[in-house]
Amino acid sequence: MGRFIAKRFISMLVTLLFVVTITFFLMHAAPGGPFSREKALPAPILKVIEERFNLDKPVYQQYLIYLKDVAKGDLGPSFQRVGWTVNEIIEKTFPVSAKVGGVSVLLVLILGIPIGIVSALKQNKWQDQLAMFFATLGVTIPSFVIGTLIVHIFSTNLRILPSNGLSTWKHYIGPVIALAGFSLSFVARLTRSSMLEVMQQDYIRTARAKGLSEFTVLTKHALKNALIPVISYVGPLVAAILTGSFVVERIFAISGMGKYFVESVGNRDYTVIMGVTVFYAIFLVVMVFVVDILYGLIDPRIKLDR
Amino acid sequence: MEENMKIPDYMWETLSREEKDKEKIDRPVMTYWQDVWRRLKKNYLAMIGLVTIILIFLIAIFGPYLSSYTFSDQDLEITNQSMSMKHWFGTDSHGRDLLIRVIHGARVSLTVAVVASIVNFFIGIVYGGISGYMGGKVDNIMMRIVDIISTIPLVLYAIILMVVLKRGLSSVILAIGTIYWVRMARIVRGQILSLKELEYVLAAKTLGASTWRILFRHLIPNAMGPIIVTMTMMIPSAIFTESFLSFIGLGVSAPKPSWGSLASDALGGLTSYPYQLFFPSIAICITMLAFNFLGDGLRDALDPRLRK
Repeated sequence: MGRFIAKRFISMLVTLLFVVTITFFLMHAAPGGPFSREKALPAPILKVIEERFNLDKPVYQQYLIYLKDVAKGDLGPSFQRVGWTVNEIIEKTFPVSAKVGGVSVLLVLILGIPIGIVSALKQNKWQDQLAMFFATLGVTIPSFVIGTLIVHIFSTNLRILPSNGLSTWKHYIGPVIALAGFSLSFVARLTRSSMLEVMQQDYIRTARAKGLSEFTVLTKHALKNALIPVISYVGPLVAAILTGSFVVERIFAISGMGKYFVESVGNRDYTVIMGVTVFYAIFLVVMVFVVDILYGLIDPRIKLDR
Repeated sequence: MEENMKIPDYMWETLSREEKDKEKIDRPVMTYWQDVWRRLKKNYLAMIGLVTIILIFLIAIFGPYLSSYTFSDQDLEITNQSMSMKHWFGTDSHGRDLLIRVIHGARVSLTVAVVASIVNFFIGIVYGGISGYMGGKVDNIMMRIVDIISTIPLVLYAIILMVVLKRGLSSVILAIGTIYWVRMARIVRGQILSLKELEYVLAAKTLGASTWRILFRHLIPNAMGPIIVTMTMMIPSAIFTESFLSFIGLGVSAPKPSWGSLASDALGGLTSYPYQLFFPSIAICITMLAFNFLGDGLRDALDPRLRK
């Protein structure tokens, strides 16, 4: 196990290096720079700014400088938000996104898995059809439509939900529904389909024949195996949801990371693009690793360290 | 001794046909896909789904030729009109006929959906299958590549494609095509990791089945449940990604419509003209329901354990 973790750690570092490299050069290949505006800056000022941020050097040198800084954990200063470092921006915006995202992930797990189990056990009965009807609705309506409808109906017309910021628990309802809707439906359907499959297996019959209670059969024998596809999906999802969604954050006026990131791509705020990507990549790589560890815990037959 | 065992010809007698077939317990041999189709036909919800999908495709292909309007005809006299005999779905803020725009939008959205499902099916399943089955070093390298692909920001990637290929449907399709199989690959790999330890794989190996045969005839059919669910969920997700790209100005360029961009255009005037959001959303809903019905039916039909 120790060797597996060590090997994995090295391959994670290599992955990050690739991500940094590819993103860096893609970003520089995109037309326009952080200081090219419609109204051009006077040449001397531009020159000073570019020298200050090393933008006058060739791209590969900028890349090497950036790699050295990132290795030290320094993500550099923001080009657009003067006086802010990227580390500070992440420190400020990530908790905001993570709070909404965390609640959404919890909702996805707490509701999605049980709904899937109940649907599978009551296959083709009304409980199943009702759940799957909502699950289908959940995937067919895009999050920006759900979000806008919530703001429109509950905030503008009925005035029962606040529409911007995150100051009270009521503020969370709208963004969480918009953010969790799709994944909740996905998890419910995945759980249902793999539960249906697992319940037909011989070992379930054996477990029942042994006289185990239905609850033990379900949780210990069926659910464990049924959860593998759910985990494969939820692991990377956690990284994606916790780092924020541009659409939801824009609709509900939440100043989180997702919104900030898309804006920074728009105005070529190089260091912010890189910083957020690196942050997300670390998060994702760790989550994928956690998923692999969980596979082994859930199904001892899976051995990755071979 | 041996000579005594010989039976002379005259002792043989022809059996009547009736007598011959009496012992037969055979029935017509069906290939796997014939059997799948036979079972799919019995599932009426799945057939409704299939017929609906075919209808939607036909409308998307031939619909624009039957209408007297085009998706870009502007008539500023009749902006934001409600449903009428002349404009069944009403008109938008530029006075364009919404019906024809929804039909035209189907072309973009369905193309995206088809590309996403092909990519999911061919790259996602094969990639995830190989990675999970091979395990070890191969798996580690293949899955790290997946990690890299899924972390490079889509927006940045889309911008580059727009520059290289120029803005339009082809770059959206390429963007979606290159990244949309990663989720499928992860889910298939997870399934295969667990399935490959089962006894029937060992049995197949002992019988000398090739790796490809084990992977495609034994393992992947058994992972069909999660595969179909993922597939039916990735299709709407791809359609929404296209609309998200349009939403931030990177998708199909105006005045060309897609369902996603029609929906996001309608959001601004939601209070006064809710029908502008209603029609594209309903189009997405019906399509997704049809794909879901077909997907559920296919899942049952493809299940090797239910095969007769």
